[in-house]
Amino acid sequence: MSNAVTARKKSGFLAGTANYLDERVGVAGILKEFGRKVFPDHWSFMLGEVALYSFLVLLISGTFLTFFFQPSMVPVIYDGVYGPLKGAEMSIAYASTLDISFEVRGGLLMRQVHHWSALLFVAAAGLHMLRVFFTGAFRKPREINWVVGFVLFVLGMAGGFTGYSLPDDLLSGNGLRIIDGMIKGLPVIGAYSSSLLFGGEFPGEAIVARLYGLHILLVPALILVFIVIHLFMVVIHKHTHYSGPGRTDANVVGYPLMPVYVAKAGGFFFIVFGIIMLMAATFTINPVWNYGGYDPSPVSAGTQPDWYIGWLDGALRLAPSHLEVIGGGGTWAWNILLPMLVGVGFLVVVAAYPFIEAWVTGDKREHHVLDRPRNAPTRTAIGAAGVTFYAVLWAGAGTDLIATNFKMSLNQVLTSMQILLIVGPVVAYFIAKRTCLSLQRKDREIVLHGRETGRIVRMPHGEYIEVHEPLDEFDQWKLIDFKSYTPTLARPNAEGKITLNARIRSGFSRFYFEDRIIPVTQTELDAAHHHHDEPAIAETPKNAVTSAKKPAAKKAAAKK
Amino acid sequence: MAFIKRNANGSRRSPFAAVLVIAAGLALTGGGYAATTAAVASTQPVSAAASAAQTEEGRKLFLANCASCHGKAAEGSTVAPSLIGVGAASVDFQVGTGRMPGQSSGPQLEKKPVQFTEEQTAALAAYVASLAPGPATPTEAMVATNGDSTRGGELFRINCAMCHNAVGAGGALTQGKFAPALKGVTEKHIYEAMVTGPQNMPVFNDANLTPQDKKDIITYLKFVESNPSAGGYELANLGPVVEGLFTWIFILGFIIAITIWLGAKSN
Repeated sequence: MSNAVTARKKSGFLAGTANYLDERVGVAGILKEFGRKVFPDHWSFMLGEVALYSFLVLLISGTFLTFFFQPSMVPVIYDGVYGPLKGAEMSIAYASTLDISFEVRGGLLMRQVHHWSALLFVAAAGLHMLRVFFTGAFRKPREINWVVGFVLFVLGMAGGFTGYSLPDDLLSGNGLRIIDGMIKGLPVIGAYSSSLLFGGEFPGEAIVARLYGLHILLVPALILVFIVIHLFMVVIHKHTHYSGPGRTDANVVGYPLMPVYVAKAGGFFFIVFGIIMLMAATFTINPVWNYGGYDPSPVSAGTQPDWYIGWLDGALRLAPSHLEVIGGGGTWAWNILLPMLVGVGFLVVVAAYPFIEAWVTGDKREHHVLDRPRNAPTRTAIGAAGVTFYAVLWAGAGTDLIATNFKMSLNQVLTSMQILLIVGPVVAYFIAKRTCLSLQRKDREIVLHGRETGRIVRMPHGEYIEVHEPLDEFDQWKLIDFKSYTPTLARPNAEGKITLNARIRSGFSRFYFEDRIIPVTQTELDAAHHHHDEPAIAETPKNAVTSAKKPAAKKAAAKK
Repeated sequence: MAFIKRNANGSRRSPFAAVLVIAAGLALTGGGYAATTAAVASTQPVSAAASAAQTEEGRKLFLANCASCHGKAAEGSTVAPSLIGVGAASVDFQVGTGRMPGQSSGPQLEKKPVQFTEEQTAALAAYVASLAPGPATPTEAMVATNGDSTRGGELFRINCAMCHNAVGAGGALTQGKFAPALKGVTEKHIYEAMVTGPQNMPVFNDANLTPQDKKDIITYLKFVESNPSAGGYELANLGPVVEGLFTWIFILGFIIAITIWLGAKSN
């Protein structure tokens, strides 16, 4: 026993603490399990991390802001340091936001950190979603995690919007007024819902305190819970990896969490934090003092929501006017309902996409090797169409700025956007699909014939050839390791009937896989390499080669 | 008119009757108009009495540079409005900001390098002002930036922000027209724009916004212009659209560059 004690003493404080913890909570087991988790290395796998880190920055800076922000709409006379508002009547919420900006030490920096990281959080999450989509990382077994991530994105939008409305300045009040209008546009429940939310007629005196509760309690708690589920599922599923030699659907090739990724991710957190601080320290965001306190009568030109709500604002702007229908005891404001339906419809399609694709392919296998976007041309094309659709709606929120800054007519910008919204996705779909197929053809050429070196060689018999450099195995693997689906036919079920479901599914299957480039097979590869070796080794006249080949071909034909 | 009764022996009117009626009508409407506009104009001190020489100089400049569109007597034409009664303020604004003489037709006339010297502009203004009473150019004291910026800000948000944006960054109007950004516009020109309502802008006369209100608004605008944002570079004060683009292009772009660096295989 005395030996054990001395041994422990020798090993020092760190080992002693580790042992203490291990005996009580079993850290060794946890570390062994988590520390040896393997993660693959690729830049695109870090986008989700960026979102996570911006969320941490949001929590830290947000906590600071709660120390000073007062979510009350009771009117006060401002008596702070900002000249052009001195003596103005405003809500306590706005006055405390001004105090944070001008009188709390570091307050303005923290406000700007909070706002920039909010924009970055949703942007990084969105880009991460695009990466997951275009690489097919949502396929079995990760469909549910896609939905969890989707919920996180929507929660990010909700968190952003509730925060945007808190300072009770003119800009945020204008934003709330739009939301109020949208709620009131809902048939039957609209007016009641608005009254319930605002505690009476807009703007009332309750909304800031209510949004504050949502913004600092409910939304962040939900985001945190969903992040935990999201990461927990990453641990269960293990991370996906790009194709390469030795990388299969049954393994993960990469580095262990301990010590490599702990160091890398820890360092990366500080890099992201540092960049946000740098931006917040040098660039103004949401200068609330410029907008003045909220007053329902003024509306400022150039009133826009933050970028992640922009696509919904754009939908409202692009909706054709004069769509109201009066009947059934009320007005049906289709100019509001239509964009809302479009928005909700878009989100539903995004959330459901993994299930749609799984149903079409009927593929029940697990996928851990990611697709290169070109190797799933239809999916990539659908993604491109979706991105275009979103981007046009998003740009729609900036129609006035586009018109003034590029010297165009606002009306014509709006009309062009309306046309683009319908035509753009279709054009994007075909361009993306054709580009993917061409790239696949190019890959096939490269695998079979090697890279063009540009070196022209004259053969002894006078023929000129360009020397092709064969690929090394690693590069070749990336180009040939993918699965190709073929369109399925509608098959009769047990009763011998072809159901409508089967017909629709086979229709989708044709839509997805009719145009396809089949991956290079081993036979083709061998044949190509054999063929390539011929002229280099056997420097026989061309005639001899063809004559040698012909009997073989004839034989093969005869055998058939 | 009682003495120009019909003659007892015939229905002939006095040959001067028509002339007299027209003269009376003109005197009535003209006098009434002058009286009402004078009521507005009288609240402003009339600018230094324009000398006849200056007016004459202005007339010559007008004939050489403006008459082809506005007519020889400033009576207007199919392509340009009449300038009778627009006042010195209007001329000083349009010519002083380079909008006039207009170079090309378009949705609206834009600011461009000023074509005339200050003396020439003043002469033109004096000439147009001599045609009929109209808003005069404001005095130095009327546009001094010592008003109440809080009140000015409030008035600006209520009356101007829906077109010019809450910080005067400008905004879009229909069919290619726009409310220009107010940064760099002189105090005098802001005042004159409010009084005369150039192009698509409504007129804010002194009954609508008193000279004190106008002074407060100018004070507010000049405060915003001369005090840079406490938060750092302003990104043109264009609001959330620019902030969003900045996030995507610069912040996320910068971070992606770093992820690529972190994910790169060591050579």
